[in-house]
Amino acid sequence: MKVLVCVKRVPAPGARIVLTPDGRAIESGHLSFTTSPHEECAVEAGIQLKEAHGGTVTVLTLGPAEAGEQLRYAASVGADEAVLVPTDGSDIDPQATAAGLLAAIEDLESGGDGFDLILFGNESADSGGFQVGIRVAHGLRRPVVSGIKGIDVEDDTVVVRREIPNGFEVYRLPVPAVVAVKEGINLPRYPTLSGRLKSKKLDIHRREAELVPGGQRMVRLESPPEQEVKTEILSDAADVVDVFERLGVL
Amino acid sequence: MSVLVLIDHEQGEVPDSARQALTLGRDLARQLGAPLAAVAIGTGAEAVALGQAVDGVWHVDHPVLTDYAPAAWGESVVQLVAQEMPVAVVAPGSDRGNEVLAHVAALSDLPMVANILEADASAEAWNLTRVRWGGSLLEKAELSAAVRLVSAAAHAFPAAATDGPEAPVSQFSPDLGDAHALTRVTERVTEEAGITLATAPVVVSGGRGVGGPDGFGPLEELAELLAGAVGCSRVVTNNGWRPHSDQVGQTGTRVAPELYVACGISGAIQHWVGMMASKHVLAINTDPEAPMVTKAEYAVIGDVAEMVPAIVAEVRRRRST
Repeated sequence: MKVLVCVKRVPAPGARIVLTPDGRAIESGHLSFTTSPHEECAVEAGIQLKEAHGGTVTVLTLGPAEAGEQLRYAASVGADEAVLVPTDGSDIDPQATAAGLLAAIEDLESGGDGFDLILFGNESADSGGFQVGIRVAHGLRRPVVSGIKGIDVEDDTVVVRREIPNGFEVYRLPVPAVVAVKEGINLPRYPTLSGRLKSKKLDIHRREAELVPGGQRMVRLESPPEQEVKTEILSDAADVVDVFERLGVL
Repeated sequence: MSVLVLIDHEQGEVPDSARQALTLGRDLARQLGAPLAAVAIGTGAEAVALGQAVDGVWHVDHPVLTDYAPAAWGESVVQLVAQEMPVAVVAPGSDRGNEVLAHVAALSDLPMVANILEADASAEAWNLTRVRWGGSLLEKAELSAAVRLVSAAAHAFPAAATDGPEAPVSQFSPDLGDAHALTRVTERVTEEAGITLATAPVVVSGGRGVGGPDGFGPLEELAELLAGAVGCSRVVTNNGWRPHSDQVGQTGTRVAPELYVACGISGAIQHWVGMMASKHVLAINTDPEAPMVTKAEYAVIGDVAEMVPAIVAEVRRRRST
């Protein structure tokens, strides 16, 4: 099966975030970057499907030229093809992002050989718009489900599972389909040495797209106010259970 | 010219996320001098009880809507919007809320602003504050659209009271086809019903400092004694010590319990954003400088492997006397 995985380059989660003086971006000089966590799992899911059913995995990103690093990483763990929709590195709103990806996908499929499954992360770790995959799916007129933590392919049906409290829901989508996955669907593998070497030679295809701004405009970013907390240090288990009693949780 | 709030009910049961969205919806309705109406879709919608939290309720029904179906829910809202022309549609910042709103946005080519904390609707372009990085960064954003689509960030708004007599109900029957039924829950697998992480009044959570999968035994005992649930940090699930469904944080579950007990968790920002809505936090850690310790209301400086069993023993001792 032909799988396409859309990924985003984001600063490594957990890094201390410092804003530029104008508040329009993150100081990136000292940061390391990675693939947004849900999307790293989407890449792994794509590779597992390829291993089980044959086919190819293509990775696609919309981002600055440096996002080639994330495409190469995906290749080092098993992706076959990589496509970059270049941006100037500024913040791209969700509508423009979806339109740019849609144009690239339509272009990639124009030869007639479409993708059976397109995978997204449920939301990007940084901007968290919760919509790009769904917009692209509607643009392609394909069914889409998000929040997915399990994928199986049975002939022309993709069977996906979504976690709910105390269990999960099952959806059955006919291919071609779009699925947005969540971390926890798998544990992404690490690259092998031969994978790393292969990824160095990867040819990254470029697809230019016009990025027309949508109706959501970022004005500036702010760090939330730090809350001053005076921590009460407890000395032993009896102190702790006193607190439980005081809070009424005992 | 109303404000509509989508209710992400499960077979008629209204979750906290919907009550929080109703609080945001009421704030917007007040700013705009507009009535507030709820949208309850599909089977079980007639059981949705919202009392005086809204001025009216739309019951949306169609044979396709027997169970949750994101595309069909989205299309139903689009058709209701075309009829009612609301100023805004507010969705809960839950999996379902954001998912359905994204379908609405995609189907009507409207912008959608996910997970907002504040909204100023006084000008044509709304000024919003929204969550980035799961809440460790804020974005000031402008939203210009004929119909504004926003979702309420999880645990950012108090839950609206839903008591009192029910508001008037109107019926809406959308025109849906087979394509809308493609994405519908076809099966539901329920595992052993117990206390769920998302709604437990107490969460006992473990991080790297727990040492390994076996180290969670005493945490499970403590959680059981306090009628709570066990959670963990991302390091723990990445190491395979616990299932991902136990993970608290930006890429896991967001919790807001009465008490959060953080055992051997350093408190990296992606974990903090998943539990910062907790009412009280107790940190158990060997490192007095760990961010979790300095941000917690209560802390014990010590080894989880000794402290947690001691706490379990103390709880048992007091209960038996």
